[in-house]
Amino acid sequence: MDDSVAERIKSDITSNDVVLYMKGTPVFPQCGFSSTVVQVLTHLGVKFKGIDVLSDPSIREGIKQFSNWPTIPQLYVKGEFLGGCDIVREMYQTGELQELLSNNGIDVQIKA
Amino acid sequence: MAMDAALIESLIKESIPDADVRIEDLRGDGDHYAAYVESATFKGKTRVQQHKMVYDALQGRMGGELHALALQTSVPKDA
Repeated sequence: MDDSVAERIKSDITSNDVVLYMKGTPVFPQCGFSSTVVQVLTHLGVKFKGIDVLSDPSIREGIKQFSNWPTIPQLYVKGEFLGGCDIVREMYQTGELQELLSNNGIDVQIKA
Repeated sequence: MAMDAALIESLIKESIPDADVRIEDLRGDGDHYAAYVESATFKGKTRVQQHKMVYDALQGRMGGELHALALQTSVPKDA
């Protein structure tokens, strides 16, 4: 991976509390797995930065190497890789996700 | 691209011998699977580490020829 790609990823995940690398945008997800994570975050009222890997092939490959994780979406909280769609969904269902976000000082406002 | 469920199961068991593996073909198209993997070797590991063990077992197929594998890992209750 190009150093500049790694630097961009590091900069994005450290300057934003919650970052989602996804296919498409939060408004128009282009993959069901990305869409699921967007729905969870939206439901929890969590502000996040969505990064569309489809618009940048170097990030699309770079993020997989960065986390050593083979698939997209990838969710980062406070610079730490939290998981992909399955893990986020499972953590949401058990309440661990809400707890982890709160413990990191991130506002969670569940929408009815 | 499709991948056989039996191959997914055998790759996981080869890499994690004690694993209890259940595969579901979600759409019957050989391309969208759910896998439930239970193993004592997951004990003490984070979910990310557990999922990585399964992805490693699939030897790079995940994200490639295997597009959709909804994964759920667990540790046996008596482990």
